Amino acid sequence: MSNKVIYAIYNDDDILMDAVKKTRAAHHHIEEVFTPFPVHGLDKAMGLAPTRLAICAFIYGLCGLSFGTWMMNYIMIQDWSQDIGGKPSFSYIDNMPAFVPIMFEETVFFAAHLMVITFYMRSRLWPFKEAENPDVRTTDDHFLMEVAVNNNEEELVSFFESTGAVEVKVIVKN
Amino acid sequence: MYTFSSKLKTFSFVLMAVGLLGIGYGFLTAPKDIQAVEALLAADSHGEHAEAKQGVATPSQNSETTHEVASVGKDKEVAANHNVKVDTEHKEHLEHVYHQLSNKPWAALYVACIFFMLLSLGTLAFYAIQQVAQAGWSPVLFRVMQGITAYLPVGSLLFFVFLLLSGFHINHIFIWLSEGVTKLGSENYDKIIAGKSGYLNFPFWIVRASIFLLGWNAYRYFSRKNCLAQDESDDNSFYKKNFNISAMFLVFFIVTESIMSWDWIMSIDPHWSSTLFGWYVFASFFVSGITMIAMVTIYLKSKGYLENVNSSHIHDLAKFMFGISVFWTYLWFSQFMLIWYANIPEEITYFVTRIQVYNLPFFGAVVMNFLFPVLILINTDFKRITWVLVMAGTVILLGHYVDFFNMIMPGTVGGSWFIGISEIASVLFFLGLFIFVVFTALSKAPLLPKRNPYIEESKHFHY
Repeated sequence: MSNKVIYAIYNDDDILMDAVKKTRAAHHHIEEVFTPFPVHGLDKAMGLAPTRLAICAFIYGLCGLSFGTWMMNYIMIQDWSQDIGGKPSFSYIDNMPAFVPIMFEETVFFAAHLMVITFYMRSRLWPFKEAENPDVRTTDDHFLMEVAVNNNEEELVSFFESTGAVEVKVIVKN
Repeated sequence: MYTFSSKLKTFSFVLMAVGLLGIGYGFLTAPKDIQAVEALLAADSHGEHAEAKQGVATPSQNSETTHEVASVGKDKEVAANHNVKVDTEHKEHLEHVYHQLSNKPWAALYVACIFFMLLSLGTLAFYAIQQVAQAGWSPVLFRVMQGITAYLPVGSLLFFVFLLLSGFHINHIFIWLSEGVTKLGSENYDKIIAGKSGYLNFPFWIVRASIFLLGWNAYRYFSRKNCLAQDESDDNSFYKKNFNISAMFLVFFIVTESIMSWDWIMSIDPHWSSTLFGWYVFASFFVSGITMIAMVTIYLKSKGYLENVNSSHIHDLAKFMFGISVFWTYLWFSQFMLIWYANIPEEITYFVTRIQVYNLPFFGAVVMNFLFPVLILINTDFKRITWVLVMAGTVILLGHYVDFFNMIMPGTVGGSWFIGISEIASVLFFLGLFIFVVFTALSKAPLLPKRNPYIEESKHFHY
């Protein structure tokens, strides 16, 4: 099994988009695309599935809301329901308006932080992570498309040269 | 060009006719005098009423008797006094209910009238913001917005007539307009209202109203005129003019909107005041206006009249519906929670009435205007599905009607409220009028502005 890949390097996002569309049309499997900034519509052109982070955030928010409600109910109503300035602590609903700011903030806090952590975990980002950029120029002004080679090296190289790549490299990956 | 479909026209006439009949019925069946109210109450719930009477009487009797047990003569006197007291209380109660019931058809009319007028004002504010913000997505919707704001002159006129009728004592919606309220020594004298009479007096109030209504209508008139002139022009001078008058309008609007909310809504409860009330009212009719833009756009689109409007435009409107619904809730809660928390008697009565007497509409409005739209419109895909939007929009519009109902009814009809023929008929009448005026206006000008500088961007808007 070959472990060769092609690095097709572009210097314009429009050309990259066209190349991605052509590559998809030619049924070559795109392993990865590296860009220095978000290219609008690239995910759609690559045919990536939409993210489900928003759904996660919604569920985390509900968890936060539940946590806030449970916490305030346990502390203020169940455990020590003393009279503080005449606020009615007989049941949760009696004193609910006073708890809403906390419930709201808990919801936002859980939704935001847990979603960010989910994002880090799903995209494998952490402080001492080794950077994975295949070509240092991709963080500045070049765009790189990585395509797997399956015994069709020659064909692929000429194909990518025809898509406007400024550089086409064949790399052996370990 | 849009042609007003004859079906919709007939529908609007039917709504107006049914509404007028219902409004007339409401006025005819309102009690004419106190005797009618007495008969009504007796027939309605005699046992309950008598019980309530006794409930009021017993505590005073008990305390009096325990203190004066020894003196029999005194006891008799107390009993006689007590009878007189019950009688006057009963009479006062009847008079109270009589005023509430005779206010009811007026208040029903007032809620619907102000709701539809402010809805088109909310649309106008949204339109002005889009102009000033130089929004690239909305120019394809400008004619729809102008169509909806075409209701403003008609609605303002009817509304102004209503204010005049109140001022000439044809109805008693505004208690501070009653005779003798500010006159020392009169039995109607009210010290608090008298103290506010420097601001709350009929001439000043009606002059303010006319300035506000004229100002808003003037902006609407010139903005539409310039927009149409821009179509035929060969430079952007009319566009720039519109930009300038929109910016000036927004400044005028935010000041007049706040004062308007004190004058036309808050003054119904003249013993109560709230500082964020203007914003709260604004959020309510602003979101209604945006929802109405979305509904009319969806309707016109479904009839094939808005070829340049795509699902991204609808999506944007849905996001505004969602966001401003949350904004409304924020203000609703801020107003409620601050007053609930501090619980100062002179402020809290406002919410005590609403929670005790208007429980379902008061909290139902929060469900309709917050919970429902938040759960439905939070989903990106749902914001593009027509039937979901129509459903959410209907709930939002009904919810904000209920919101205005909650603001106006407790101070005018109090415990005698009911969403019956008067209320529904008033809504139907104004809805019919609204549909007729709006769609007539839509058929007067092409639905696509021709040479707005952002029209190309707007046509290809994609989110």
